[in-house]
Amino acid sequence: MPEPARAAERPTSQGRLVDNLMFFARTLRAAGLPIGPGRVIEALRAVETVGLGRREDLYWTLHAVFVNRQDQRPLFDQAFHVFWRNPQLLERMMAMLLPSIGRAEDEDGQEEVSRRLAEALRREGPEAAPLGTPGEEEDEVELDATMTFSDRELLQKIDFEKMSAEEMARAKRLIAVMRLPIMEVATRRFRPDPHGRRIDMRATLRASLRAGGLATLKRREARRRHPPLVILCDISGSMSRYSRIVVHFMHAVTNDRDRVFAFVFGTRLTNITRLLHHRDVDVALDLVSERVEDWSGGTRIGHCLAEFNARWSRRVLGQGAVVLFISDGLERDADQVLGREMERLHKSCRRLIWLNPLLRYDAYEPKSMGAKAIMPHIDDFRPVHNLTSLADLTSVLARPGQRRMEGVSQWMQQRQA
Amino acid sequence: MTRLLPNSVDETLDLLTGGRYVADRSLATALYLALRLGRPLFLEGEAGVGKTEIAKVLAETLGRRLLRLQCYEGLDVASAVYEWNYPRQMVEIRLSEAAGDRSRESLGSDIYSERFLIKRPLLQALEPDPAGAPVLLIDELDRTDEPFEAFLLEVLSDFQITVPELGTLRATVPPIVVITSNRTREIHDALKRRCFYYWVDYPDAARELEILAVKVPQARTELSRQVVGFVQKLRKVELFKLPGIAETIDWTQALIELNQVALDPKAVDDTLGVLLKYQDDIAKIRGSEAAVLLDQVKSELAAAGRHA
Repeated sequence: MPEPARAAERPTSQGRLVDNLMFFARTLRAAGLPIGPGRVIEALRAVETVGLGRREDLYWTLHAVFVNRQDQRPLFDQAFHVFWRNPQLLERMMAMLLPSIGRAEDEDGQEEVSRRLAEALRREGPEAAPLGTPGEEEDEVELDATMTFSDRELLQKIDFEKMSAEEMARAKRLIAVMRLPIMEVATRRFRPDPHGRRIDMRATLRASLRAGGLATLKRREARRRHPPLVILCDISGSMSRYSRIVVHFMHAVTNDRDRVFAFVFGTRLTNITRLLHHRDVDVALDLVSERVEDWSGGTRIGHCLAEFNARWSRRVLGQGAVVLFISDGLERDADQVLGREMERLHKSCRRLIWLNPLLRYDAYEPKSMGAKAIMPHIDDFRPVHNLTSLADLTSVLARPGQRRMEGVSQWMQQRQA
Repeated sequence: MTRLLPNSVDETLDLLTGGRYVADRSLATALYLALRLGRPLFLEGEAGVGKTEIAKVLAETLGRRLLRLQCYEGLDVASAVYEWNYPRQMVEIRLSEAAGDRSRESLGSDIYSERFLIKRPLLQALEPDPAGAPVLLIDELDRTDEPFEAFLLEVLSDFQITVPELGTLRATVPPIVVITSNRTREIHDALKRRCFYYWVDYPDAARELEILAVKVPQARTELSRQVVGFVQKLRKVELFKLPGIAETIDWTQALIELNQVALDPKAVDDTLGVLLKYQDDIAKIRGSEAAVLLDQVKSELAAAGRHA
């Protein structure tokens, strides 16, 4: 068995090492890796255990301690090579080193990583505190209270597209307090329940011992929990008016519950889940617009769905997720790709709901190439153009779907009637 | 036969080689740290890159018992840690009622004794073992849900488990813990922080050839080279599920069973199902794409042969 004592007995001629490790950890931390002081101690122990014989071993030792996600690896890799090349000179040479990092990485197409590292190195120092401006929440509450009931009533039905800036602002505040109940499904965990369908043997035996002899049966019932919710939102030009308000909606839902994943797509797919976790909606939206580069551009739904299916579906659709697909289905280059990817998406989730703002027109027919490709592979089809339609979502999500394509066939019948 | 824990990274590497596991030095470093400092080793990577195998090899070469906990959604204490043997407890109660020889208190403490405890892998891992602490493999942790992960947090940091009726059971010697994840979901940082992390990558061509030589020694060099070349090319194509090392080994074995001494387009088409597991992927590669890849592999091998 491991004997940590062995390492501790060694004479400590590691003053420099401690300094260097601390400085290295600070650099990594500033570059965005979650590293606390405990890890530095851990790193020191690890380095003492492995020894400093080989540079390669030092690399993998520190890697085992400091890195715990695969995507942190490039950052660690660069930091390591920059730092341990000549740590004592780092401070003085920082300015000179920076351009060379940038150049070396241009070819690899990893400018972003380098930039983060470069910023981290530059910020390194006592004043490197995380930035953040607290939101002014009192303001919001006050405004919310001034809105009368009839005001709200009116606002509910205005199309997002036709709202004035002021109405839009009020709508956003209403969305911020919106709650979305998702139907709950049985899990494999249990809780005591006197009317449960299963017998809780453990509780029964304990009770019978207390009472003497086998007494009444205790029962239990499966715990229920909502499945994960995945929101895919189209942010292309034709959707621009709606997508901004939908992002507000996504923010409200993401902060309301766990296991919500949010993605936006135009010409490419972006995962914005983490950005939306910021409590302050304005900060969150700033982060999103900074990160997303294809606002109001073209649409490549098929291509983006393919990326989602390949990269994310296994990670977010694993436990029977409900998917909200928000798009007008106007696809530039509609071909078989869209239909194929939509089918795969449909087959990998519990329920696929298409929210389409164009559905506000009574005469809407899914005639565009994109819509035709999407229609066969969805379970429900709903409008999303005003507050009422957003709130209506509740009634769909709160109960389990009876069968596949339930909502779509209902909609078809209504159209024929 | 129990072996002592390795004393250096080199010895760790030898240990794995002894168990017919071809490993990178980087993996040996992480493993050595985990063994020496008594912390779990957290292995993440795509399916079929040999994560589970490490725990098996470790148990075998160190002569320890291997305890495997396969994770799934809704995994609970009753199937992961312990459960009381209810039927036996009930029989015991009935018997003592019939005999009338025990007071209720003594019966209570009797039926909650270790005799009636069914131990599941996590609890078994804490028991002393004459062969040395066992290897505990927690496989595919990403399949469980967060509550179980949180429970594991306590077990893995203190190596103790509390059974309300019995008290706290503590490991005298902590087990060697290997956790694997296919990364279908992100494991919480709190858990990862207690472990040494290692990302198991696909091997490069030379390393994969070494693995094949160890795992399928009856394969001829020419076939192995072509298989590895083809699989390496395949990993650069955009596929839903890239073939892992397990698939490479399976495929080579399949080809040997079919008496293939070298790859040809027809053999590739016929056996593609061993390598690729999704219909879309197979449809994409089968036929012309496979032939193109195979031609590339063959011409590259020929060029390399001329240089040598």
